[in-house]
Amino acid sequence: MTVGEMIGMLIAGACVLPLILIGALTENSGYAFHAMLGAAAAAASMILIGNRCFDGSPAVPPQEIDGKPNYTMGPVKFATVAAMVWGIAGFAVGLIIALQLAFPGLNFDLPWTNFGRMRPLHTSAVVFAFGGNVLIGSSFYVVQRTCRARLAGDLSPWFVVLGYNLFILIAGTGYLLGITQSKEYAEPEWYADLWLTIVWVVYLLVFLGTLRKRTEPHIYVANWFYLGFILTIAVLHIGNNVAVPVSILSPKSYGLWSGVQDAMFQWWYGHNAVGFFLTAGFLAIMYYFVPKRAERPIYSYRLSIIHFWALIFIYIWAGPHHLHYTALPDWAQTLGMTFSIMLWMPSWGGMINGIMTLSGAWDRLRTDPVLRMMVVSLAFYGMATFEGPLMSIKAVNGLSHYTDWTIGHVHAGALGWVAYISFGAIYCLVPWLWNRKGLYSLRLVSWHFWVSTLGIVFYITAMWVSGILQGLMWRAYTSLGFLEYAFIETVAAMHPFYVIRALGGALFLIGALIMAFNLWMTVRCEEAVDTPQAHALPPRQLATA
Amino acid sequence: MQTTYHWLAGFAQSAGLLYFVAVFLGVCVYAFWPKNRARFEEAALNPLRED
Repeated sequence: MTVGEMIGMLIAGACVLPLILIGALTENSGYAFHAMLGAAAAAASMILIGNRCFDGSPAVPPQEIDGKPNYTMGPVKFATVAAMVWGIAGFAVGLIIALQLAFPGLNFDLPWTNFGRMRPLHTSAVVFAFGGNVLIGSSFYVVQRTCRARLAGDLSPWFVVLGYNLFILIAGTGYLLGITQSKEYAEPEWYADLWLTIVWVVYLLVFLGTLRKRTEPHIYVANWFYLGFILTIAVLHIGNNVAVPVSILSPKSYGLWSGVQDAMFQWWYGHNAVGFFLTAGFLAIMYYFVPKRAERPIYSYRLSIIHFWALIFIYIWAGPHHLHYTALPDWAQTLGMTFSIMLWMPSWGGMINGIMTLSGAWDRLRTDPVLRMMVVSLAFYGMATFEGPLMSIKAVNGLSHYTDWTIGHVHAGALGWVAYISFGAIYCLVPWLWNRKGLYSLRLVSWHFWVSTLGIVFYITAMWVSGILQGLMWRAYTSLGFLEYAFIETVAAMHPFYVIRALGGALFLIGALIMAFNLWMTVRCEEAVDTPQAHALPPRQLATA
Repeated sequence: MQTTYHWLAGFAQSAGLLYFVAVFLGVCVYAFWPKNRARFEEAALNPLRED
């Protein structure tokens, strides 16, 4: 038994009794459930750590075997499977709430299935549970491979992956039980926030520790994007969640910020959750997996350096565009708008860098549906990052804000960019992690691609029409200066588009189920079922002469 | 209060501009410095090398 394992067991053991006490003494049943969940997790980790001493593996795993790095792949596998499970759950909940908007009776008049509780469950499940597991898993994979070093720490990578998923479990069940601090994308209450802070700091340390151990002279650009994502999310999470709990026996807390400062903190957090979680992290995936799958180096490494620094320096200022025409000072609104427009440049620089990596191998788009998925994700990234700055312009925002146009925009980015690049990465990762020659079926990947793409097109076109219709109806006046439409008339007008949106969501979910089946069969069967896996042309000769 | 606000707004609008332009130029110089060329081309091949 190592010192780390001993300390881990002691800390976990010390947590069990206090958590049971809190669970027994609190008057809030949801909080009691979370305390018991925590106690169970602490007890389980004691058993898991203790078991390691008897499973026959060496107490301290070797850093290298036969001169090759002895990579840690267990946590990566876990995160990949968790991402698929959470992804399907999150897409399904999204479909349910889309149907609830079209047919309100589907909330069944129960508190737990109310739209107000299901909606954060959907957003957190897809962004933090699906996206987060993809990011943590892929970052642990990429940092090891590009540094040619085993992951730093022995227990800590497992702590990060399992601890993060425990946070997801606490957050998600909390929403259904009515525990929320009502900040969009930051709904979990103080105790879940504190737990995530601990997990995230360990994540940062594992990542930094691995970079430090690297045997490569240069830190590959994907790692810069991952590091930017990890570091900024830590700062954002702490900044937006500074709160004082009512008591240790209560899930309720009061935030330190109030009024317009609170709003600004919230949208500084909210927009950078988009910028650093959903963009920088997934760009890291792009910079590793697109070259890897295309078997070509990134189009321009220099552009990637400018891309990275420009993106992180500009993104952090774009948040105020969520607060146009509010109590926020006018100059801050204009600043947010200006930085959003400037973001066009790094965003498109990155998109071009990714797509042009295929230069000279465009035929791969026809033969390799996985690569096609990743390239289409970049096209959606370009589209969403064109639309976003457009919507941040005050005059456009006056029409688009609070309408379904925003929902359509977000899903162009979330489904088209984030989910597709993640699917591409997972399709690459699963055969690598489980030592398979290739995927079970590329034809099924093709089916997944087309079914989901059709779903996305249904979704975003329906939301464009619905959003602009809604915005125009809200601002329509009669010749006498009265509002032309009652609010409920706008709701009725949107019904057909809500049905189309739900259809799009259903197709996207079906695509993900096809993917899950394909991955399951990839792991189960040694051999591929259809055509031999697409092989690339030899890598492009670098013009070094 | 009013002066703090004006000072901060003015600072954000002028010093901020200079700071960002300087950082951007610095990054460009670093990325395009001829001596770094070989290093970056080597780094671009990192994911493609098998160990």
